[in-house]
Amino acid sequence: MPSKVKKPNRRNERAIFALGNEAVVEGALLAGCSFFGGYPITPSTEIAEIMADRLPRLDDGVFIQMEDEIASLGAVIGASLAGRKAMTATSGPGFSLMQEHIGYACMAEVPLVIVNVMRGGPSTGLPTSPAQGDVQQARWGTHGDHPIIVLSASDVHECLEMTVRAFNLAEKYRSPVILLLDEITAHTREKITLPEPGSFEIFTRIKPSMPPEWFVPYEESMRGVPPMPPLGAGYRFHVTGLTHDVHGYPTSRPEEVQNLMQRLFRKIDQFFYDIQFVEETACDDAEILVIAYGCVARSAHLAVVQAREKGLKAGLIKLKTLFPFPRPAMEKLMQHCRVLVVPEMNMGQISREVKRVNNGRAQVRTLNRVDGQIITPGQILKLLQKV
Amino acid sequence: MKASMELQRFELRLSGLGGQGILTLGKVLGAGLAIEEGYEVSQTQSYGPEARGGASRSDLVISSHSISYPKPEQLDLLVAMSQEACNLYYRHLKPGGLLLVDDSLVKQTPTNIYWGLPFTSLAVQKLGMPQAANMVLLGALAHFLPFIQPRSMKKSLERNLSPRFLEGNLKAFQLGLTHARKKYPDAQEQWTFS
Repeated sequence: MPSKVKKPNRRNERAIFALGNEAVVEGALLAGCSFFGGYPITPSTEIAEIMADRLPRLDDGVFIQMEDEIASLGAVIGASLAGRKAMTATSGPGFSLMQEHIGYACMAEVPLVIVNVMRGGPSTGLPTSPAQGDVQQARWGTHGDHPIIVLSASDVHECLEMTVRAFNLAEKYRSPVILLLDEITAHTREKITLPEPGSFEIFTRIKPSMPPEWFVPYEESMRGVPPMPPLGAGYRFHVTGLTHDVHGYPTSRPEEVQNLMQRLFRKIDQFFYDIQFVEETACDDAEILVIAYGCVARSAHLAVVQAREKGLKAGLIKLKTLFPFPRPAMEKLMQHCRVLVVPEMNMGQISREVKRVNNGRAQVRTLNRVDGQIITPGQILKLLQKV
Repeated sequence: MKASMELQRFELRLSGLGGQGILTLGKVLGAGLAIEEGYEVSQTQSYGPEARGGASRSDLVISSHSISYPKPEQLDLLVAMSQEACNLYYRHLKPGGLLLVDDSLVKQTPTNIYWGLPFTSLAVQKLGMPQAANMVLLGALAHFLPFIQPRSMKKSLERNLSPRFLEGNLKAFQLGLTHARKKYPDAQEQWTFS
């Protein structure tokens, strides 16, 4: 029999035993979300379900179930323009339908959060099985050259944390932010402690401070992020998906088009350091570096711990930001690595980013699994021992 | 009263058919262990696209330390509420792992070393509620698992299920606990923890 120990900890009133999806809701409400427009789809349904219960209890909370995912993101864009922090949640098939409006939100610079709980695809695929097949779709799914922020979470606590961060980044950079979860992360229940209100930094979009008649809706600035008034507050502005000038009116004058496109990229690119979240485990002297995200990062963590026990110099870098790809953090670690191992539940969507920033210094090994099952620690460990 | 134990990584699978309340049971059991008992628990689930009748399972990893990989690798305990589940998952038991079956539904066990209690027929005959079989099972688990106190599970029942069904659920829980204690008084001595 194992030794008897003191009770680990007494009941904590703020501790809950929650699904990843429930933690997303807690994070969203903590961040100040007051609008959800969506269409339920497995495995993201619990987010809509719990939002439908929680939002109407707020003074100004609105939940609306739309006829489909196209309309859902449309409603979210509208709510955000009216000054709300707004979100939706979906999975693969719904995410495909949202692509057009994602582009619209990029162009019109509408802050919003989309949670995509990835399931097996393409098409209807495997509704109740996990996958990580939407990574490049999140980056490039909508047409046109555009910058976007894509985050990821691997456990229940991170679901809460990254949802708060997603709202903060959306509001700070006036951009849609996509949070990619997978069926396992979303449907794992774990104990988390709800943070005290005020323990997280919450960012809310900056409103214009000049009188309405001086307001230029898309004016150039150092930050590149124009202040955003809510519709109906006296500031007049035009919202369009067409390429527009600083006043928001359609233009095809090359220099105005150029300015807008460059500002859209610059507002994200110049704040790389503020957007890129990675978590390092045993990386300092690592010769073999595992690069993982989502539920696979948890398998990788155990595999790295086991590899260290066997005397292998293995380390793990967990990506919490997928795009913009955290190049600076990676380059620093890649310098002393012999092999980079990228396990993922697709045929290699992040490994091509790794290869791109690797510059041929280290060997990149992929480990892909697309049968609707999680990559196990054993599989990763086997590869670590082989390389 | 049982004392709290140091656990390295205890892996438990609840398996059966959609509609038997396997996922609800996993949630109540997990919440009891995590919130009331203070363990780290990672509960994952797997179910088919059907609402009822398809395969359904809920996996719990229980530890005194933080859990990295959330899924079980080698089961310490397999609970099978259907013949299919028993056949399918028996091979995932670790050497020395234990099997608990609903012997009113599982007629053929792959081994003669197992615990069997008729959860479903108990729920039907004594309570008239086949849907309470999962709570009868929870009561039995509170006896079989040395790190669960029945008190914590009752609290978890109160907190996680609708008050409308609380009385029936508590009755079912007690039924399972009593029957398990009577049939397998020394069950807790059979564990070998890694």
